[in-house]
Amino acid sequence: MTSTQNRTNTDRDAVRNKAVLEVQKLRVHYATPSGDVIAVNGVDLKVFEGETIGLVGESGCGKSTLAMSILRLVQPPGRIVSGQVQLLGTNLTALSEAELRQVRWNQIALIPQGAMNSLNPVMRVKDQIVEAIETHQGKRPQQELKERILKLLSMVGLPSRVYNMYPHELSGGMKQRVCIAMAIALTPSIIIADEPTSALDVVVQRVVAQTLLDVKRSLGVSMILIGHDMGLMAQLVDRIAVMYAGNIVEIAPVKEIFAEPLHPYTQLLLASIPSVKERKPLVVTEGLTHDLRRPPPGCIFQLRCPFVMDKCREVVPPLRELRPNHFAACHLY
Amino acid sequence: MGSLTVGYIVRRLGMFLLTVWLGTTLIFAIPRMAPGDPVAAMVSRISAQAGTISNSAEMIASWRKRFGLDEPILVQYVRYIYNASTFQLGPSLAHFPANVQDMVARAFPWTLGLLGLATLMSFIAGNVVGALLAWRRTPGLARALLPATLTFTSIPPFMLGILLIYLFAFGLKWFPFSGAYDMGGQTQWSWSFIKQVIHHGTLPALAIVITTMGFWALGMRGMMVTTDGEDYMILAQAKGLHPSRVFWLYGVRNAILPQITALALSLGALAGGAVIVEYIFTYPGMGYLLYDGIVNGDYTLIQGVVFFLIVGVALGVLIIDLLYPLIDPRISYQKK
Amino acid sequence: MTTEVIQEVALPEAPVGLNRWDSPWLNPKFIGGLLLVIFVVLLGIVGPLFWDITLARVASSPLNLPPVWVKNAPIMFPPPDPAHPLGTESNGRDMLALMMAAAPGSLRVGLIAAGLGMAVGILLGFTAGFIGGWPDAVIRTISDSVITIPSLAVLIVISSYVRQINIENMALLLALFAWPGPTRLIRAQVLSLRERGYVQMARLSGATTFDIMFKEMMPNLLPYLAASFTGNVSANILAATGLEALGLGPTRIPTLGMTIFYAIRAAAILRGMWWWWGFPILMLVIIFTGLFLMVVGLDEIANPRLRGIQAQ
Repeated sequence: MTSTQNRTNTDRDAVRNKAVLEVQKLRVHYATPSGDVIAVNGVDLKVFEGETIGLVGESGCGKSTLAMSILRLVQPPGRIVSGQVQLLGTNLTALSEAELRQVRWNQIALIPQGAMNSLNPVMRVKDQIVEAIETHQGKRPQQELKERILKLLSMVGLPSRVYNMYPHELSGGMKQRVCIAMAIALTPSIIIADEPTSALDVVVQRVVAQTLLDVKRSLGVSMILIGHDMGLMAQLVDRIAVMYAGNIVEIAPVKEIFAEPLHPYTQLLLASIPSVKERKPLVVTEGLTHDLRRPPPGCIFQLRCPFVMDKCREVVPPLRELRPNHFAACHLY
Repeated sequence: MGSLTVGYIVRRLGMFLLTVWLGTTLIFAIPRMAPGDPVAAMVSRISAQAGTISNSAEMIASWRKRFGLDEPILVQYVRYIYNASTFQLGPSLAHFPANVQDMVARAFPWTLGLLGLATLMSFIAGNVVGALLAWRRTPGLARALLPATLTFTSIPPFMLGILLIYLFAFGLKWFPFSGAYDMGGQTQWSWSFIKQVIHHGTLPALAIVITTMGFWALGMRGMMVTTDGEDYMILAQAKGLHPSRVFWLYGVRNAILPQITALALSLGALAGGAVIVEYIFTYPGMGYLLYDGIVNGDYTLIQGVVFFLIVGVALGVLIIDLLYPLIDPRISYQKK
Repeated sequence: MTTEVIQEVALPEAPVGLNRWDSPWLNPKFIGGLLLVIFVVLLGIVGPLFWDITLARVASSPLNLPPVWVKNAPIMFPPPDPAHPLGTESNGRDMLALMMAAAPGSLRVGLIAAGLGMAVGILLGFTAGFIGGWPDAVIRTISDSVITIPSLAVLIVISSYVRQINIENMALLLALFAWPGPTRLIRAQVLSLRERGYVQMARLSGATTFDIMFKEMMPNLLPYLAASFTGNVSANILAATGLEALGLGPTRIPTLGMTIFYAIRAAAILRGMWWWWGFPILMLVIIFTGLFLMVVGLDEIANPRLRGIQAQ
């Protein structure tokens, strides 16, 4: 993987000042008969121009909910309780339905988890991509559309015969790449990729991951990449944000998070990656997970933290810059 | 759209033939297993009406020979199948010498018109109502439609027919209560005739539509709910598509597919309901012909009409089956 | 790197989850429907204790009495009599007694036929779904075929040959066509359940096919089976009533459909004797509505996603 080459340019630091997406104190709850489940607990996140930020965490930590709420696609019984999402200066949370529809796909696109079922089974691939284009850019001549779509397909490494095919005629990896092609069709400012490779087998994963990388490089689009495979993340992203139970507990450039994970949860995550190179005992984390309806006062991780102190049980640790551009929410430092 | 492969067509044709054969054999075999002799029964009925018949034994024997009832059962069966497949359904016993196939041919268009149109209207209306009910954006007022349509689903069509006759034909006198056209009317393609047909056909059609609509509405509502939870709905919204486009092209378009399958499966039951509606309204279709046969003990007529009904319904199902791959691209040569 | 065992932390009391009153079986539609059906059953069982049921016999009462609350009845009819609150018909039967005598019969036909159909359906559906292969192909083909045959028409042919029929035989006839629906349904459910985790586990731990069918799958299929059975009862009562309305039903005991038949034959609609066919229809509507509500309720019990629609 040649991704490391990209990160040597310090020019990136200069562009860093321009944030494409800014999530401010976003809070998302799910209503249940016995109380609200807090899925996203006041999250702050910035995505800068041209960067790819990876969002990792275990199942149920709220990363998908966070992604969906950026797009305002949270389905009932979930709802956005408070907070803002600023996309290039526009507050998405304050837009009307009609205005939001214009922003969607045009500025911010989605590569869904499980493309197995994300394409309309009764429409051909070409029609689904044409639909995206024409909804936002108006009617276009047939020939132009065809050329554009064929170009998109080749960008993701799909043969041109896919143009006329139905989703059920494609393999999982091909469907996922169709979704990628569709997502870049309007050259949005930011793409949210929700676990794009999780449902695929390892070989196909590599192909799709490479496709994402190529696309990202050639278009310079910002991306939020959600997943739970840290190893795969490492090869694709610039920064990593670690989420636990609805909170972001650590954000740092990818090399630094691997070199010096500050938050105990991150340490546990990294330690639990089995290694082919060295021999180490399998780490099993002990302790309880809390009831998501009633988070404990203080640090969200207190019940599973190996280094928990009294302070952790009373005061919520803020997300602070502990090293240059390396943020963590922990009382240890 | 999807394609029809030879294998699929052959399989569907096979089902058609199997269904027709099975039904035809059933109506041949089971009555013959019942005790009693149809010819003797009929002769006794004639004698009850006309007084004693002196040479009844010879009469029975000659009728038996005439209708081939004195031959071994296997021979009868083969002859029966042969005749049926060439649509030679024999003479009617009660309306002798009229041929069953001619009587059916005259009655068939009426049944096709009534049942066909009513089913189509009910299917479309019911599915639209059901789809709207499942859509979050439908105003609450329209939601009140569901209990309304559903209350009538519990009523069998012919009972609603009786009520409609009583209220609108007998009571309000807005509609006639029998027949397909006015007494002494001419069957011709004139505007006045068409008006008569519509006038007479309204109540029977209404009886069928109102009572079957709720079934489609309920099913469609369920299907829309299922479809709403699918991943492609989320992506459709993420693409910023207009809600009505999402509703029709992603929701209805996918939810209607199982409904069409259900339509094919319910044609048999619908035909049965229509038969009784025709009887109630004295509508000159196959249903009334059937009743005529029952009352007169006209076994060849009964058998002939039912044979036609079996073929008709099986044909309807075949047509739907053959059209289905054209709207669902996933079904081609694979049986789902 | 090792981790320490964390001390137990006392958390604030979490609210209690589902209590008894949240049980999905307490679906208002299901309960409502059940009550309607029970009403009809009680009418048949308890009614005769309070009303003379012999009045349902022919020529037991004065003819053509309108119900007791009718004012200004047409003069061709005698004035109403409180001794016959629901009126009488042209054969001298008291309507109230007739309803009490006839309603249970209609229910019984449906129950027996649906029961038989269900039994066959469970047997064939499980076999087809679980075993697969050629038994599945055969069962599926035949049941699809039978569904397509217009059952009422064939039943008409059969019953017209049979001179006298009683409720049990009628139910047997109806059962001929009552089995494909449950078979299809159960087969589909078994197919989808077969791949679920707990079934695989049972197979791996060596449970017999019988065990798997009845201990693992059945409990999960219960709402679907109940919905299918109830729908089947409704369909069979409908078919039976249809046959009776044409005059092909039992003649020795009163049934709702035959009452309608006699009414039509005596031109009761055109004579304005609405109580003759009106009350049987009312009873049947109560039965059908009750069964229908039960099916809708059972549908919602089986598929939780349908429950929330009204709230959205």
